[in-house]
Amino acid sequence: MSYQPSYLGVFLTFVRNSLVRDMTFRANFIIDTISSMSWMIMNLGFYVLVYQFTPNIGGWGKYQFFVFIATTMFVNSLVQAFFMPNAEELSEQVRTGGLDFALLKPIDTQFLVSLRRISWSSLGNFFVALLLLIYAVPRIEGLELSLWQVLLYPVYVLMGVLILYSVMIALAATSIWLGRNQSLYDFWFYITNFSRYPMEIYEGTWGTPLRQLFTFVIPILVVINVPARLMAKPLAWEHSWLAVFGVVATLGSLLGSRWVFKRALWSYRSASS
Amino acid sequence: MLARAETWWTILKICLEERLVYRGDFALGTLMRFLPIVTQIFLWTAVFAAAGSGLIMGFSPDDIIAYYLLTMLARAFSSMPGLASGIARQVREGEIKKFLIQPIDLISYLLLARIAHKSVYYLVAAGPFALVYYLCRSYFPGWPPLEVFAAFLLSLVLAFLLGFFLEATMGMIAFWFLEVSSLLFVYMLFTFFFSGHMFPLDFLPDPWRTFVDFMPFKYMAYFPAVVFLGKVQGTELVHGLMIQAAWVLGFIVLCRVTMQAGFNRYSGYGG
Repeated sequence: MSYQPSYLGVFLTFVRNSLVRDMTFRANFIIDTISSMSWMIMNLGFYVLVYQFTPNIGGWGKYQFFVFIATTMFVNSLVQAFFMPNAEELSEQVRTGGLDFALLKPIDTQFLVSLRRISWSSLGNFFVALLLLIYAVPRIEGLELSLWQVLLYPVYVLMGVLILYSVMIALAATSIWLGRNQSLYDFWFYITNFSRYPMEIYEGTWGTPLRQLFTFVIPILVVINVPARLMAKPLAWEHSWLAVFGVVATLGSLLGSRWVFKRALWSYRSASS
Repeated sequence: MLARAETWWTILKICLEERLVYRGDFALGTLMRFLPIVTQIFLWTAVFAAAGSGLIMGFSPDDIIAYYLLTMLARAFSSMPGLASGIARQVREGEIKKFLIQPIDLISYLLLARIAHKSVYYLVAAGPFALVYYLCRSYFPGWPPLEVFAAFLLSLVLAFLLGFFLEATMGMIAFWFLEVSSLLFVYMLFTFFFSGHMFPLDFLPDPWRTFVDFMPFKYMAYFPAVVFLGKVQGTELVHGLMIQAAWVLGFIVLCRVTMQAGFNRYSGYGG
């Protein structure tokens, strides 16, 4: 008998369960939403301040940079909503031996541990980002949106989310080898910190190698830069290699992280049972 | 008197040993904390390149990098990870009862534990800090005159005390609300933005500039950094130190008062 679980059905169940759970503590939910929003708004304030002193940063004008920040918020809110709580839980499950139960279920383990819990409050930033995008795009001088830009933007945002997910699940999987990876979140923060700026600012003796490292080895610079450029700057053929590379990088990181995850699972020795 | 000193010494020793257990993790964590500086260097280089002017509100590109590095040091003194949330947790879970029974003063105990924690931190972090500062030495204008350096050290010590008593006071609010995590988040947001950790406060436009001058936050990161860079001098410097000390005294009193008031209404939750 071959039993094929319905991945969509299971995913929708997770979505519903998480919503019920988040809505049980409604005040907490609202505070969480507001606090993650205010964090992003403060960040925006910083750049409003910086643009008082300069017309552009690395060739990005004020409103173009707002699109960049909106893209950052889209990607981060999706990653934080869908994958962050699960990656944190994974390293805890490895330590306590709770991963046993995930391994026993007749469904792909990576799917199960990656999507079990969805943090709805993180999606608040998604709407702030949408507002920011709608505010900023018409104010960019000399930009005429084509249909391609509008269609491809969400696709590349999703690809960015998948790249970040790959980095995250690979990092979380290392906790299987290490027993526990408590500084996971810190490490994650410091790595993704590099992705939050236009790649043009990484210039010079140190900057160029750094940019190449984070474009070709760990492609986190692709995550925000490619969709943001697509939306905020006129389409130009000389940048089309970036768009192609974005697809390659996404597939590469997904396959790479899948491999790391599988390898890590082989080394899993159940704890405390 | 002697017995009391002995008690404090024992507490300090225990806390020191407790902190030394994770020294490897500590050193690595400290080094990683400098990674955002790398992106800041690139960001500000790009900003100055596009701005065309050599100075922004009196800050040269080198000044800004030096400023960020110095605020990291100041925050190493003034930031108190887990202090307020620790007090809140003890109130919520009833652990705080032991300070009502034992002849140990809660605030003094926390202060000693924090001093122990910080001493170990500086001991371990001295290496990474020296390394990064050495690598970035070209950004600094050089050693300041001796009296300015003394004022800088004093402002760091005051920043430590201000951070401690401010955050302890925040923690005492838990006696009234039990769960203060959202309040602490707002506090964290304020310190991050208005302490000058994110950018030199001179960059703020006017209503905000005046606002931060009347807030205690700027003494936790901005003030020590600009003292070192020689941007506040003479009577301005003396006044600054006096206001900083006044904030410290104010929060010492406020912290005591809220603790006493909190103890009076405390009803021993938890097991």
